[in-house]
Amino acid sequence: MTEQFLGFGRILALLLLALAGPPGHAQYDFDAQRREMVDDINALARETAAETGRPSLDPRVIAVLGKVQRHRFVPEDQLSAAYRNRPLPIGYGQTISQPYIVALMTDLMNVRPGHAVLEIGTGSGYQAAILGELAQTVCTIEIVEPLARQAEERLRVLGYARVRTRIGDGYYGWEDCGPFDSIIVTAAASHVPPPLIRQLKPGGRMVIPIGAPFLAQHLMVVEKNPDGTIVTRQVLPVRFVPLTGKH
Amino acid sequence: MAPARPPTGPAPTPSGIAVLPAGAPPVLAVLLLSSAAMGYEVLLTRLFSIILWHNFAYMMISVALLGYGAAGTFVAVAQRALLRHFDVAFATGAALFGVTSVAGFALAQRVAFNPLEILWDPGQPLRLLVVYALLFVPFFCAATSICLTFTRFTGEPHRIYSFDIFGAGAGSLGILVALFLLTPTDALKLLGSLGFAAAAIALFRGSVRRRLPAALLVAAVVTPLLLPAEWVRLRLSDYKELSQTLNIAGTRIVAEHSSPLGVVTVVESAQVPFRHAPGLSLNATMEPPPQLAVFTDGDGMSPLTRYDGRREPLAYLDLVTSALPFHLLREPRVLVLGAGAGADVLQALYHGARAIEAVELNPQVVDLVQRRFSGFSGAPYSAPGVRVRIGEARGFVAAHGDRYDLIQVALLDAFGASSAGLYALSESYLYTVEALQEYLAHLEPGGMLAITRWVNLPPRDILKLFGTAAAALERNGAAPAQQLALIRGWKTATLLVKNGAFTPADIAALREFCRARSFDVAYFPGIDAAETNRYNVLDQPDFHEGALALLGNTRDTFVERYKFDIAPATDDRPYFFHFFKWRTLPELLALKDRGGLPLLEWGYPVLIATLVQAVAVSVVLILLPLKFIVRRTEDPTTPAGLAPCVAAYFLAIGFAFMFVEIAFIQKFLLLLSHPLYAVAVVLCSFLLFAGLGSRYSGRLHTENAKLSRRPVTAAVAAIGACGLVYLVVLPGLFRLLMPLPDPFKVALSIALIAPLAFAMGMPFPLGLARTAARAPALVPWAWGVNGCASVVAAILATLLAIHFGFAVVVVLAVLLYVLAAAVFPR
Repeated sequence: MTEQFLGFGRILALLLLALAGPPGHAQYDFDAQRREMVDDINALARETAAETGRPSLDPRVIAVLGKVQRHRFVPEDQLSAAYRNRPLPIGYGQTISQPYIVALMTDLMNVRPGHAVLEIGTGSGYQAAILGELAQTVCTIEIVEPLARQAEERLRVLGYARVRTRIGDGYYGWEDCGPFDSIIVTAAASHVPPPLIRQLKPGGRMVIPIGAPFLAQHLMVVEKNPDGTIVTRQVLPVRFVPLTGKH
Repeated sequence: MAPARPPTGPAPTPSGIAVLPAGAPPVLAVLLLSSAAMGYEVLLTRLFSIILWHNFAYMMISVALLGYGAAGTFVAVAQRALLRHFDVAFATGAALFGVTSVAGFALAQRVAFNPLEILWDPGQPLRLLVVYALLFVPFFCAATSICLTFTRFTGEPHRIYSFDIFGAGAGSLGILVALFLLTPTDALKLLGSLGFAAAAIALFRGSVRRRLPAALLVAAVVTPLLLPAEWVRLRLSDYKELSQTLNIAGTRIVAEHSSPLGVVTVVESAQVPFRHAPGLSLNATMEPPPQLAVFTDGDGMSPLTRYDGRREPLAYLDLVTSALPFHLLREPRVLVLGAGAGADVLQALYHGARAIEAVELNPQVVDLVQRRFSGFSGAPYSAPGVRVRIGEARGFVAAHGDRYDLIQVALLDAFGASSAGLYALSESYLYTVEALQEYLAHLEPGGMLAITRWVNLPPRDILKLFGTAAAALERNGAAPAQQLALIRGWKTATLLVKNGAFTPADIAALREFCRARSFDVAYFPGIDAAETNRYNVLDQPDFHEGALALLGNTRDTFVERYKFDIAPATDDRPYFFHFFKWRTLPELLALKDRGGLPLLEWGYPVLIATLVQAVAVSVVLILLPLKFIVRRTEDPTTPAGLAPCVAAYFLAIGFAFMFVEIAFIQKFLLLLSHPLYAVAVVLCSFLLFAGLGSRYSGRLHTENAKLSRRPVTAAVAAIGACGLVYLVVLPGLFRLLMPLPDPFKVALSIALIAPLAFAMGMPFPLGLARTAARAPALVPWAWGVNGCASVVAAILATLLAIHFGFAVVVVLAVLLYVLAAAVFPR
């Protein structure tokens, strides 16, 4: 009887250790992991292109993903998973999106050099850094103060001085940073804020991921026509058709 | 939700144990402990609904049953040692329950199990296992003490059992009452105290020397009440809406009320307005007025909008999809179901409804709107022409004969939870075919039923709803194609079901409404495909094509081939939120890296995982140890072939009992509608009458010295007759009884459950007594098998109900009882 209990205790201790996570991170080769991540994303992009018959991801976007050090944007205890193709928690109920989805969202934003872009929901700052590599002007707003300060610090340390950060409510956008060629809204909102639509240039795009944390279902792309009218497109990350299965 | 337990019955007694001279059994302590354990089971379902999401709560049932089963095995194995120091052992078990019930939950919270991450993080299932282990311990401790009592006082099993089962019934009822008066954490501490109280009472029975420890225990009773609040504070998941809202600077909780219906929290945001206007048109230029956020169990935000009697600030309520019916009706008489903090009522007031009846389940929410924050809210429920009624939506409609021009059912579940599939296992009588028929029966000619839901992609619940409405109209003898209209924004969609055909004027108004607000039309009579999919563009016009398919004669093929389960829910299978289809899983798994997995509905896979875990763990904890006992105490007089009979018998009745109990709890949910009454009444009635039946069976057994199998056959015949008759009769009977006032319905429910539960309480003790007479060595085995079956059956019943409906579950149960009667050990 006592042996059985001791055995169980040992198993429980091992379980708890497993939960505590691996100690230290000096041994990770982040550059190699990042290259592997980029290779994965390229492979996925080719798969999607083969299915849809259209090129699926802008190579510039993928190149930037190969450049930005994602591991600098994730919490210490998540370092081992920094370059895996999965979303990660960053605290305060927020997440950093899975790399493939980040690539997809950035691609949908259609960022060109010389563009001005706005991000509502800085989070870890990773997306802002990516945009910083692609656009002329990047303005990003975060409402949760501790997250905003951490992101601001990270971006500064990593040399993204061009990215302007702000703490606050993103509903009214950032008037004097705009108007914007594209906007990404990762903060959950019940509707698309009219001021953001106003700050979007005609021909511009707003990308909004929809779904619960860790379970982003689809992306909504809000497009502003040259005449100022709005159309939205719902983009599923995977081609899940036909819905009625093979006949 | 179905907290339940098998009858524990007399405990296994391998032959050869010397029975010690017994005093009186500590029945009062057993009562307290049993009620505390059952109360803990119910409370855990509430606690986990608050800190996580609803469907992880049902896992607690299997944990509880596992504790009981494993306790039986433990007592069987360690009998000699425990019986020598019965009083101390009992008190230790009870006291340990007192400690671990509180500590277990407090620690379980800190394990930080995040169900949302389960797809990505291989560590999450491990965390879940740790949570199980922590919650298993209190049930194990309490059950060990109770089981030990049976083993010690072998002459009085029926008396102990009646206190045991009465305690369980009292506990489940008591905890519900307690939750009206106490916060969930205080109720938790109270249960801990009860454990200590039981231990103290047990020790007091003993000699004078025991007075001191007993007195200490009495002091310990007070300790849980003095625990620092921080240790047991409820830690909501970071990912619940309330948690995320509170991260915003300037937010604070201004009111919090608790009842068994949920913890209602009101949050004020001083710096950043909530601006909650789900599905607001892309063409809107205005924002909502100041609001307070009302959360229920940390999710499902309902906005409490400032209202000072003026119409203009409410104009945004005309720019959402749910405003459509107001453009097709003039000054309608409106019924709002699920009124919450009043947004739908404000919308109806804005549109000039001439009379508004609002139904809301939680009186605390209404109280907050009408009294506590009346200055802010403008008390919309007492505006001229508005009447508010407390009650459950479907029950209210069934009980009243009034007719309306518009029945408004809008956004009754939280977006995040709905899109993540976290409601997949919740039964809902709100959206079944019979429910829609009921609503339609309460519409004036030309009246409309308007249901607004979140848009989830790929389309599933909107199409399911559309199909359900079409089925309801057909059952009423109407032509669905002329009486349905579906529009959508990017976030919400509204389905209109008219009592009558849509007129050209209706269609024109609908077209204009949508054009002005950039909403898409998905279906109306005479729709042209070119009009669809224009403003909120999908790759394919899935909603439109789906609607057409569901109205056409290829409907069955369409539904069968669709990658989600969109067959209409019925009262027999009220799982509207279940969309999972096995054959979609491989495809989405293959697309995992590209974001395919979130497109699945995750509640169902969680159910399967729980089932697998339950089977594995119960075999390990209950059956394997017993194999050793049986081997060790092999009795040469045991006739061969008896063991399989015993195993089959107890397995069958273990499954059958739980199947019937869970099926009938869900069925009576429809009649009693109020979820609390339903659980309290049905569960208590089942336990009480099953206990009485068990006690009666004891008399049958002693009277019938020839030990024939007649009692069991009689019991099974009664169960079969009752069960099958009820299957046929209850739906119609419920329809008749719905309009009655609650007390009558409660009394009638008890009366209906009594004969069935009475009969169901008999097979277990009868079987155990027979096994003890013929092959005592097999008694622990029988006990363990029954425990195992109960654990698995609790989950399996839900699974079967989802796929095949309650009728099949009950029929299966009856067949299992018949099988049991056939293999009853001779």
